[in-house]
Amino acid sequence: MTTLVANDTRGDDQVREEPVIKQYISFNVGKELYAVEITTVREIKGWIPTTSLPNSPDYMRGVINLRGVIVPVFDLRTRFRRGHTEPGKNHVVIIVKLDKRTIGILVDAVSDILTIPSEEILAVPDQDVNPEYAFMEGLVAVDEKMVAIIKPRLLFDMNLMPDMDREPEANVA
Amino acid sequence: MSDSMEQFKIVFFEECSELLISLEEGLMQLHRGDSDDETIHAVFRAVHSIKGGAGAFGFDRLVAFAHIQETLLDEMRAGTLEMKKDYIDILLQAYDILSELVGAAQRNVDMEEGFGGDAAQAMQKVMETIEASDDTPQEHSDDDSTPATASATQGINTRLFSIIFKPFIGLYQRANEPILLIRELNDLGDLTVDLDTSDMPSLDEMHGEHAYFSWKFSLVTEFDENAILEVFEFVEGDCELEIKDLGPIPASAEDSATDAAAITEKSSSSPDGPAPTQSKTTAPAAPQGGGNGSEAVVSQSIRVELDKVDRLVNMVGELVITQAMLREQGSQLLVEQYPNLVQGIEELSRHIRDLQESVMAIRAQPVKSVFSRMPRLVRELTASLNKKARLVMTGEETEVDKTVTERIGDPLMHMIRNSVDHGLESPEDRLKAGKPEEGVIHLSAFHRGGRIFIEIEDDGAGINRKVVLKKAIESGLVTPDANLTNEEIDNLIFLPGFSTAESVTKVSGRGVGMDVVRKNIQSLGGRVSISSVTGKGSKFTMSLPLTLAVMDGMVVEIGDEKFVLPLVNIIQTLRPTPSEVNSLPDGRNLMMFRDEYIFLVPLYDVFDVPDAITNPCEGLVVVVEGDGGMLMGFIVDDLVNQQQVVIKSLETNYELIEGVSGATILGNGRVSLIVDIATVQEMAAKQYSKPQTFDQDTESSLSQDTSSLAQISVEVH
Repeated sequence: MTTLVANDTRGDDQVREEPVIKQYISFNVGKELYAVEITTVREIKGWIPTTSLPNSPDYMRGVINLRGVIVPVFDLRTRFRRGHTEPGKNHVVIIVKLDKRTIGILVDAVSDILTIPSEEILAVPDQDVNPEYAFMEGLVAVDEKMVAIIKPRLLFDMNLMPDMDREPEANVA
Repeated sequence: MSDSMEQFKIVFFEECSELLISLEEGLMQLHRGDSDDETIHAVFRAVHSIKGGAGAFGFDRLVAFAHIQETLLDEMRAGTLEMKKDYIDILLQAYDILSELVGAAQRNVDMEEGFGGDAAQAMQKVMETIEASDDTPQEHSDDDSTPATASATQGINTRLFSIIFKPFIGLYQRANEPILLIRELNDLGDLTVDLDTSDMPSLDEMHGEHAYFSWKFSLVTEFDENAILEVFEFVEGDCELEIKDLGPIPASAEDSATDAAAITEKSSSSPDGPAPTQSKTTAPAAPQGGGNGSEAVVSQSIRVELDKVDRLVNMVGELVITQAMLREQGSQLLVEQYPNLVQGIEELSRHIRDLQESVMAIRAQPVKSVFSRMPRLVRELTASLNKKARLVMTGEETEVDKTVTERIGDPLMHMIRNSVDHGLESPEDRLKAGKPEEGVIHLSAFHRGGRIFIEIEDDGAGINRKVVLKKAIESGLVTPDANLTNEEIDNLIFLPGFSTAESVTKVSGRGVGMDVVRKNIQSLGGRVSISSVTGKGSKFTMSLPLTLAVMDGMVVEIGDEKFVLPLVNIIQTLRPTPSEVNSLPDGRNLMMFRDEYIFLVPLYDVFDVPDAITNPCEGLVVVVEGDGGMLMGFIVDDLVNQQQVVIKSLETNYELIEGVSGATILGNGRVSLIVDIATVQEMAAKQYSKPQTFDQDTESSLSQDTSSLAQISVEVH
């Protein structure tokens, strides 16, 4: 019986050509939909007050205590220059692991889990001429709504951020 | 299988690094000439152990090289080769090669062909000199465990020894084989072997990996006790060993001894221990006579993976936070109502503090492991710079956190390099100045006021302030009209882009400046400064926190935020009266404190906190002492409490924030920032350096330069 079910699922969902299928978590910021790859997401937390850090960029909302680890929280809305999020109980922080760092991204709400084959991901039209959009992995249409898949690493990695006048920390071995 | 092999390898390389340290230490001792017999033995053992381990993992080049070195050392300890200074130099050179080879093996790379060939040849040459001078060249067996040379002739001074040998499990775990030891003993003379199986439990109680056998030997030999000890040299600590000298015996007594060659050996198919050796009981009547027993050394330490210790440290850190939370809750309880609970929380706090200190002590290591690398550095430096210098070290036993010992090596080397290269004069100049030809560099470590201090003092010419100032002006670090005190000038060398070298020598001036040294030390929560007396010498002083994990802090409130001030820096907290606060024309506030004026630093401004109390007479002033004794008053809203805080890094997931040394988690679960007193003092000075420069009507000096200068002036005040 179990075998049968398993066979069914395989027949239904996956095509024989074996395209790369990845899962994404989509979320809202205002009316826009964004998504990040699900494998980078560690957990989703309700908003808790942060401790703000002096002399930080405006989209840096401060740090929180995530079970003993200090995690910085960034406001995605501010990062996209669309104002400042006034977080309430319904706002969520998506905890994402980027290489060795763990960061939190403040968004309005989590929307859905998407399963998207790679060929359905479309390029941002002018991405190659607009380096500022390097953080976009691509666009995908879900239920006739556009979802922008983002790479948080390129949005919030301190050393990659072009608009910050900070020298990268020298690595002390 | 390969996994466990990897594990063994890791252990091997760990051991190697320890062995290399003791090897170098020993060689340096030999070099200085203050060695005893044990030194050469220790050196030999180190090389031997590296060779043995390397053989097991098939690092052939390492084995081949170590073998040559070992052979040479063997000659030295046997006394057939004189310990000349030249030879020690060759051995030191060989040490370098050996550590390179170990490093290469660890990184799994091959050194280029012919690497270390010179040193190997030099050692071969030394060996040839013995062979030339010795009629009976000795054969060097490759056997890993034959330190004692077998004798062919029976001397007149034959003595009877009774030896009790009781191996622990560890001996077998380290792959030592009693039969090999027995064979070696047999080589020393006539041996009678007695197997003691009395500890042997019945079969169903027997544990596969326990050691149940012990042996009693009677040895008739012309060698002395040391030769016997040498046989057991490599199992020292892994067995109980008792050697009794039963005195000289007439030659005839030898007949009664059974030839040990008759011992039969059953090859052991089980991995659980030695094959039972057939016991022969021919105990000669042993006169209980004046024998000096040798005690077995039981190892007093265990090797623990750092990961495990760190997990423990983290766990204790979490405990400290939980305890803070409990205490906060407990403080709201009425003592009359819950006397036991309140008392229990207090007791818990004390125990956790003890626990935390014990755990941190595990991570503490003597700075010796870093210091021991320095004599060699000085030796090499003096040789290449044609200078004469002696390194004196004190306080090597001072313990610091392992991370500190791991990371101060480079800065320390850099500073010593600086002292030898720039500090010390050439021997001729020293003689001219009426100093002894040989300079002295004093490296010391000590505890003071909850911090570790490391000082490097030389008796050289001191800093040439004219040159330093000229360089600083040339490179635009200082304005030409700047009026600096001597100390300020001295500390200019820590500025980025500053090179003290008048001429770039081979040793210094390779692009890494003292600013990097300072940065490295700062990343450990430490400080460094230099002081100098012309003609007398200069002194680097480095201060480092005792532990990097926990500290005592004062939680203060500023606006809605809470900050932690390190308790060690706090002198006093007070609320000044309006008449005590005075202002300078540039807007800075001053306060009289202990007969001197100190600056008041508006922390709310430095950290950009809204809704804070700005008037020091309404809030509180926390008087803090930075490095070098500089006092400042920090304006805060209120004190919250005093507690132990666990230092967490902001850098792990974010980046360093100026003025903040780290973060911690308070009892309520919120994150709080730990204030870096010295940097805040710098920042405060920087902020006010602007209005100051306006007064001087020099708009150009508004640039970065002045602020970095102000930074210096704050530090050295």
